[in-house]
This record gives sequence, structure tokens and C-alpha cells, in this order.
Amino acid sequence: MDKLVKFRYWWFALSLAIIIPGLVSLAIFGLRLGIDFSGGALWDIQFVERAPGQLDTERIRAIFAAQGFEGALVQLTESQVDGRTVASAVVRTRSLSETDPEAQRQRVLSALSAEYGTVNQQALQSVGATVSAESTRSAVIAVIAACVVILAYLTFAFRRAPHPVRYGVCAILAMIHDVLLVLGVASILGVVIGLEVDALFLTALLTVISFSVHDTIVVFDRIRENLVNRRPTETFDEIVNHSIVQTLPRSVNTQLTTFFTLMALLLFGGESIRNLVLILLIGLVSGTYSSIFNAAQLLVVWENREWSRWFRRSAPPGAEAPAA
Amino acid sequence: MRSRDIYSLIFILLIAGIALSIVFAPEGRWLFNRDVSVRLGLDLRGGIQVLLRAAEPVERSVMQTAAGVIERRINGLGVAESVVQLSGNDRIIVEIPGIDNPEQAIETLRGTGKLEFIDTKGEFLAPGTIVRTTGSPNPVALRPTATATGTDTVTGTTTVTGTEEITPTVPEGPIYESITDGKDLDLNSVQPPQIAGQSLTNQFAVPFAFTGESARRLEQFTAANIQRPMCIVLDNQVFSCPVVQAALIGGRGEITTSTRQDAEQIYTQLKYGALPVPLQVESSRTVSASLGQGSVDASIVAGLVGLLTVALFMILFYRLPGFLATVALLLYTAISFALYQLIPVTLTLPGIAGFILSIGVAVDANVLIFARLKEELRRGRSLNASIDAAFVEAWPAIRDSSVATLITCTILFMFGNTFGVSLIKGFALTLGLGIALSLFTAMVVTRTFLHMINPLPFAQNPWLYELKDAPGMRHVREAA
Repeated sequence: MDKLVKFRYWWFALSLAIIIPGLVSLAIFGLRLGIDFSGGALWDIQFVERAPGQLDTERIRAIFAAQGFEGALVQLTESQVDGRTVASAVVRTRSLSETDPEAQRQRVLSALSAEYGTVNQQALQSVGATVSAESTRSAVIAVIAACVVILAYLTFAFRRAPHPVRYGVCAILAMIHDVLLVLGVASILGVVIGLEVDALFLTALLTVISFSVHDTIVVFDRIRENLVNRRPTETFDEIVNHSIVQTLPRSVNTQLTTFFTLMALLLFGGESIRNLVLILLIGLVSGTYSSIFNAAQLLVVWENREWSRWFRRSAPPGAEAPAA
Repeated sequence: MRSRDIYSLIFILLIAGIALSIVFAPEGRWLFNRDVSVRLGLDLRGGIQVLLRAAEPVERSVMQTAAGVIERRINGLGVAESVVQLSGNDRIIVEIPGIDNPEQAIETLRGTGKLEFIDTKGEFLAPGTIVRTTGSPNPVALRPTATATGTDTVTGTTTVTGTEEITPTVPEGPIYESITDGKDLDLNSVQPPQIAGQSLTNQFAVPFAFTGESARRLEQFTAANIQRPMCIVLDNQVFSCPVVQAALIGGRGEITTSTRQDAEQIYTQLKYGALPVPLQVESSRTVSASLGQGSVDASIVAGLVGLLTVALFMILFYRLPGFLATVALLLYTAISFALYQLIPVTLTLPGIAGFILSIGVAVDANVLIFARLKEELRRGRSLNASIDAAFVEAWPAIRDSSVATLITCTILFMFGNTFGVSLIKGFALTLGLGIALSLFTAMVVTRTFLHMINPLPFAQNPWLYELKDAPGMRHVREAA
């Protein structure tokens, strides 16, 4: 446990090993945008007179196309009605007409029921193009605003510690780590399980940011305290290592309790927040990791000004980087 | 026990009592008949949210008028807890929870305003009464399904079958004969209130005029019914029932009131009874009530499982302090729900997720404090001194991390507010509230509990704090 700081470059490498594939996926495939950010309509329709397996996506696509919704994406699911399992479909189309959405909706439902008997429209969301564009813009603004305000607060909170800006910057770097990791994983999950990025995804991302900072603050607070009571022989590396070890039980326990509640939500909670919870789970683990293994370690890197050694041939970057 | 702790304990018990009385208030009514029933969001009880945008560029004041018109019409629909608010310069957010066939309701809202004079056969109707008229015999508000409450959930889905069109349930009540047709109102004739007659009586009048068939019929009716009441109805809602003073020649007349305020109101109603600008449905979200009910059930199970797991973990891991923290956590849950009901906070699915997540945060403050407590006990301080030191030392970390999370919640709330994504707002609100509240339960409630058990002999046992030895405790135990 006394070598946590010594292995700092290994911890950084582990972070990069997860982040880089995500970024590659992000560059190639991007994110699967939900209708909140890309515009469009999402129909959740229940076919009361059909059992699961009795539906054909191509046929449903054709019905939608006949009503003016070409290129609909149809995903078959199932749902419960009075204890029976019936077929359902989630259909994504372009957004409804702005001038007469009701007539359009009626036509589609009538056409579907002409083919399949009684249908229930469980949910219908339609987001226009201007709204989605504005949502995207304010989402970016929200994330940047959160970063700036938290940086300012951290600098203020650690104003008595030496080099208060360092704490803020290192916390933000750890936060960027979490944001990149979550975005990368979301991109990979978009390819693998079709995870869509919607307004709830943004909510999860911002929560991850705040929880990441939360964890970082607890570790930094210990470092600040131990620096005040510093013994003359103690090096900065030792203080950071000691602080991490002291806060480790708390980090693990808090992580566990949050993990339990999120697992409960994931297993038993509603279908519509499953993605929110999944992203929160990934992000919170990343947040705790980054506060211990990135944020605090970066303070050491900064204190020792190790970047001046990174490009010198005699001391290549790696686990052997000498402690100052 | 110090007197300060006794006061704290009384305070905590008082808060707990109030919280429980709100949560378990009979029929959702609390002090002074205040409505403290649980408010469920659109995603949990079903309903519709639409973002309406002006079809042409307009002034903000015009949009405010339009929002006012829509609000009046929703009230006419007989739906409780609806929301109408301006967003930006040219958008209106409308939320209507818990109604069947919400899309049709939205169509009604977007329709034009309808002014009618009706023949009540001498009857005075109370202002605000919803009536059926020959011009509009089937107002949405009077359909039995339109006022369906949250309890009527399973049947509340929009159902369309292949053979039959949606047949609205026929409302009950008499149909009054409309003398005029709203579309015959000459909007140019509606003028701002003027001081009526000789101005000695301080009366105000709003002039108006009908054209065509309506003008002819209004003239005939008023000539035949002098000194009898005639009701003015706007969108099927009775506005007033003045007594006819004279025949309205050419369908031209004025509505007299005794205050300028009333006159202004009538003027606005007549002039803007119709929407000042056509509105387009820019985006909409509809959720059926049955889908919502499934989500509520799932959330309750998830919440209970989450709470139980955390309680078990805390007790197994931290023993006595963990048990006290669990009691504080139950109190936290009760106060949270009491606040949701009192403020009121509309619970959405992400809102519930925010609350369940905040349980983790609430526990975190305790975890931080207990970690310090163990350190202090190991160092050989007495239990009492350790408790105080633990709270003092854990405070900066708890404070700073809470502030950071509150900052994020504020930003999320603002983001949600701008675009009417009430789901995000719900999450930010419950999480933010939870963090503020957990400061109270961790710093006051758990602390008071710890101080209370301090004098008890059984509490002076290192095992209860998951320690092999606590040097500071021994002499206390021996003395006891």
C-alpha cells in the first residue's frame, strides 16, 4: 500500500488503455444520438392481439412508409397487458408535422390497427429539428459551465494550501478523464448494444462529473490536512501516498453503497432509466478511480515537475520515474 | 447528555413527527387543508408535454397573451396540476398530466377561441361554469374521461381499433342554445374600456359588434328578452350573465362593469379569446398511464432494495454507528418525501433515480465521519471527545464535496428549465434537495444519536466500533 504513488505511471497507463479505444470508437463511429439531440419521433406501440414473435419489422416499416415516414427504424420488444405478454415495437422516425401532428398520428395508428388489430400507443415523443439543435448547444454549455464553476470553487476552497490552482486543475483533469471515458464507453456501447445518447445521458454525465469532484475533494482534503501537520522528513510523495491510504476505506465504502443503490435501480428500476443508471455506474467507478489514481498522482507529477524528464533519453517515462 | 443534545433531540423528534404526519396525511390533506398528496410526473402517471412555437415571429407580449389564452383553456379542460409556461421568446411549454387521449386535448388548445352569447331561458349561471352549447356541445372538460385521476390508470391507454373511430363519451347536462357564433365577432369593433354614459356612476364599458347571421339573431333575442339574463360564454366557460338592458341593434353593444379591472379583463377575453398567433407543435412527449404505473412499481421495488442493501452494509461494516446512521437514513427518507409533498416536487422517473442516488450521498457523509471516529478512538481519545473531533475533521470534506455537487445540480436545473425537459429538472431537484438534507441528517441527527448513546455503559465497547482496542474507552468503562 505504500507504493501507490510510486506506480503512478502504471495507473495513468491503465486509464489510457480504457480511454484510447473509446476515443478511437468515438472518432470512427461517433455517438448514437437520441431524438433529444438529433430530432425525430419515437413511437412505443403495443400490439394487444399479437404475441411476441408474430410481428415483422419489414411490414411495420412499410406501414410507416405508406403514411409518410420513410426509413423508420423498428425494434421489436414485448410488454405485459393484464398478465399476458404481448408484442411491442419501438419505432424511430423523423419528427411529426408541426402543423397537424394529431392527424398524422391518427393515420399511422389506424393503418397499424387495420393490419394488427387493437394497438395501444404507450408513448410517443417527437422533437423538432430546432429544439434538438438548441438542446445540443446548451448541453455543451452546461458541461463547460459546470467545469468552470467547480474549478473556481476548488481554487477558493483550497486557497490556504500551497498552490491552490494545482488542486483545481488536477481535479478538472480527473474530471476530463471521466468525461472522455464515459463518452468513449458510450460510443462503444452505441455500436455494441445500440445505446443512445439522450437528455438523460447528459444528466448522467453531469452527475458523474460532480461525483468525481466529490471524491477528488475528499482525497485532496486529506492531503491539505497532512501538509499542515507535515513532519520535516516527509516527502510530498509520501504525504500523498499516506493520504490516499487513509481515505481508501471511505472511497471503497462510499463506492460500494452507491454501487448497491444503482444496482438495485438497474435490476428492478424502470426500463426508461436503464441507460441513465448504466452510465452512472460506469462513470462513478471511473470517478473514484480517477480521484485516487489520477488526480492525487498528478499533484505529485506537478510538485516534482516531472514533465521536464519525460523527453530526456536517460530517464524515459514509466514506473521507474524516480521519486523526488 | 448535555442540554444541547437534549434540545437537538427534541428538535429531531419534532421534525420526524412533522415529516411523518405529512407523508401519512389522510387523503393527502395536511394543516389548513393543504394539498400534500404525492405529485407524479408525466412519465409516471401518463400525460403529455408539448412545446408550442409561434408560427410567425412575434413580440414576447403576444406570446404572454397566447400563454394566458392556453392556460384559461386548460383550466376549462378540468385538469389539475397542468403547467403552461413561456420558454424563450417564441415558445410555450404545456404539460397536461393524467388525461386520456392527450393529443386531442392539445388540438383543442391550439384551436381558436370561441365567444358565444347563450340563451339560458332566464337562468343565471355562476361565472366559471362549464356549459354545453349548440355551437360547441361536446367540450373536452365535460367528457367523463377528461377528468380521470391518477387512480384510473390501467384503462387509460389510447386505444384505436381497426373498425371503429375514437368515439368520445357523450357528456351530460343541458345544451344551451348559442345565439351567436364566435367567428362572427368583429375583432376591430372590440375597443379598450371606456367610461360609460355620464361617468357619474363610474361604470366602464367594452364595446363589441357581431356581423352577419349572429348580429341579426342577437338583435332579435335581446329585443325579446329585455330585463332577462343572457350569459356570455368563452370557450364553453360562463364569463358573466348580465341582464339585457336594451335591444342590441345590428348586433352591436357594450358590456358594462363597475371596475376598470373587470373591463380590462373582458376586453382581453374578447380581443384575445382567439389565439393572437397560430401555434405549431414543435415537440411532444406522450406517455400512457399504464406505462407510468409500471415505472412506479419498479421504482418502489428498486428504492426498497437499495435502502435495505445500504442499511445492511452500514450495520455489518460500521456496527453501532452504522445502525445509528441507518436510523438517520430512515429519517432522511421520511423528510425527503415530506418535502416532495410539501413544496411540492413533481416526482419523475429520473427524479426517483436522483433520490435513490442521494441515499448513497447521505451515507457518504456518515462514512467520512465514522472513518474519522475510528481513527480518533484508535488514538486513545474518549468516545465523547472522538465524536466531536470526528465531526470537526470531516466537515471540510463534506462541505466542499456537497457544494461541488450542488453546483452541478444548479446547472442541470437551469439546463432542464430552459428546454422544458422536466425529466432533468426532476433529477437535479431531488438530488440537490437530498444533498442539502443529508448535511442535516449527517451533521445533526447522527451526531445527536452518537452523543445520546455515549453515556450508556454498553456503548463503551470497542467491538461496536469495529475496533480491537480503544485505549480511551477503557477507563470510562471501568468507571461505569
